[in-house]
Amino acid sequence: MNAAEDPRWLRALVAALALLVGLLLLALPLAAVFTEALRRGWEVALEAILEPDSLAAIRLTLLVAAISVPLNTVGGLAAAWCIAKHDFPGRRLLVVLVELPFSVSPVISGLVFVLIFGLQGWLGPWLQARHIQVIFALPALVLATLFVTFPFVARTVLPLMQEQGRAEEEAAATLGADGWQIFRRVTLPNIRWALLAGVLLCNARAMGEFGAVSVVSGHIRGQTNTMPLHVEILYNEYQFAGAFAVAALLALLGLVTLAAKSVLERWSGRAVGEAG
Amino acid sequence: MRPSIPAGRRAFLAAPALLALPARAQGVRELLNVSYDPTRELFRDYSAHFVREWQAQHRQTVRVNNSHGGSGRQARSVIDGLAADVVTLALAYDVDAIAERGLIAKDWITRLPQNSAPYTSTIVFLIRKGNPKGLRDWPDLVKPGVAIITPNPKTSGGARWNYLAAWASAKKHGQDPEEFLGRLFRQVPVLDTGARGSTTSFVQRGQGDVLLAWENEAHLALKEFGAGQLEIVYPPLSILAEPSVAVVDANAERRGTRDLAEAYLRGLYAPAGQEVAVKHFYRPRDEALLAKHAQRFPPLELVTIDGAFGGWAEAQRTHFSDGGVFDRIYRPGR
Repeated sequence: MNAAEDPRWLRALVAALALLVGLLLLALPLAAVFTEALRRGWEVALEAILEPDSLAAIRLTLLVAAISVPLNTVGGLAAAWCIAKHDFPGRRLLVVLVELPFSVSPVISGLVFVLIFGLQGWLGPWLQARHIQVIFALPALVLATLFVTFPFVARTVLPLMQEQGRAEEEAAATLGADGWQIFRRVTLPNIRWALLAGVLLCNARAMGEFGAVSVVSGHIRGQTNTMPLHVEILYNEYQFAGAFAVAALLALLGLVTLAAKSVLERWSGRAVGEAG
Repeated sequence: MRPSIPAGRRAFLAAPALLALPARAQGVRELLNVSYDPTRELFRDYSAHFVREWQAQHRQTVRVNNSHGGSGRQARSVIDGLAADVVTLALAYDVDAIAERGLIAKDWITRLPQNSAPYTSTIVFLIRKGNPKGLRDWPDLVKPGVAIITPNPKTSGGARWNYLAAWASAKKHGQDPEEFLGRLFRQVPVLDTGARGSTTSFVQRGQGDVLLAWENEAHLALKEFGAGQLEIVYPPLSILAEPSVAVVDANAERRGTRDLAEAYLRGLYAPAGQEVAVKHFYRPRDEALLAKHAQRFPPLELVTIDGAFGGWAEAQRTHFSDGGVFDRIYRPGR
């Protein structure tokens, strides 16, 4: 039985329920964020965003995303390509590894980096002797973000790659194309929309990540606070207007990303990939 | 179609470049103060004051960075490598934990006057306006139907002071303190991890009838949310809370900031530093200043951690370690 055979009233009811839940759980909180942000006027909200510590948080968030999203694009693409187009020992293990960050709590992933790079950890003393600060600084923020957002690109392009199979690549190979040519001329064009969607999702999460980043940040104002952490700090300092202003900006960045994704989907004429 | 970097993505890559790294002027010296939750406002003011003083005296530009969080967690971060030049934490035990790892000299508490605590505080009750439940003293808290808000003593420095103040009071009233604390914690609907979280629960979300709070935190809440809704009750007996400060020797040496770090902490004892403490509702060590603000800081009987509990190491071991008294009396959901 397919969906078209369901009674009309049932379809309407389910659709209405889904819409209601969507409105209550997603649209309402979002609206609340923007309402709270603008409660005391545009000027107050803008002032909170232009305050030096907020600007530093915005800068840091964009910087972390700008470093980790391209790295994860390349890494995710490579992982998906290996899994979809090749057979090798350990392939199944790689599949598990790609999905690992989804199943591990972000707080745990943050703690892992403390254990590795912390002063009491494996590499901490060695790093400190060489004056390299990893934990409680930009490198750890990037590492934690990389870890948490790794699956997005790989998981978005993998189903498409698997569905397309290897026929086209094999045809290219018989025509004498080398590996890089095949990837660039055949594989990549086939998945570019899915790839872009994955990159955008990855970016949205990279900017919004809280748990893992909170553990490795050290919470130094104006230096290691990303936007989500800064929102928490402002809220705890009773600066509600400022907290919601920064939260609204963060939500806006996420919304722009999502809007870009759906425009791309319409543009490409078909649904690409699946939300991670 | 030839794959290319889409325009949107290029713009995205370019955006951070526009905002790129903040102009970090040459020759600016930096100092990192890792502190606990309720001192945000205090150190924002004091750091600004210190930067001005240092500039005037030494013709050097200093930038003081502040980090705040639950006291125990902040100590843990310093142990794990957060490069604090100074720590200003809620209690000596957390500084001891850092000293244990060799980052601070073991005798730190004697390096500055008065147990290395330049200001003190105590634990008071923050209640709803008009005191509808008639809460005046510790025994009133365990009356039926009173909901108490306090953070978790396992994670919060302030909460440990709350707990010990309640303990001291029960002893004074001839009650079994363990039984009293057990009843008290059965009337706690939510245990936040830090002092500020508890204040938000009580004030913002309207939970509970009484918040056990730092005196400074209670005054700040009163200031932020208006005296129209809340009042402070001073119980007849409470505890002398001595938030400790120390130079983190290992970091200060490595980063060459010892002169700055020591001046920063010594300045807290100077008249201007004491005034900043008063402004943010911390009890100054300067007796004359304290007397001058007797209205703000009414005198009350205060027990000390050393006198009543044999020091922090002892109190920690007996009450807050795994399997200690707190674990025995607190069973969530009962």
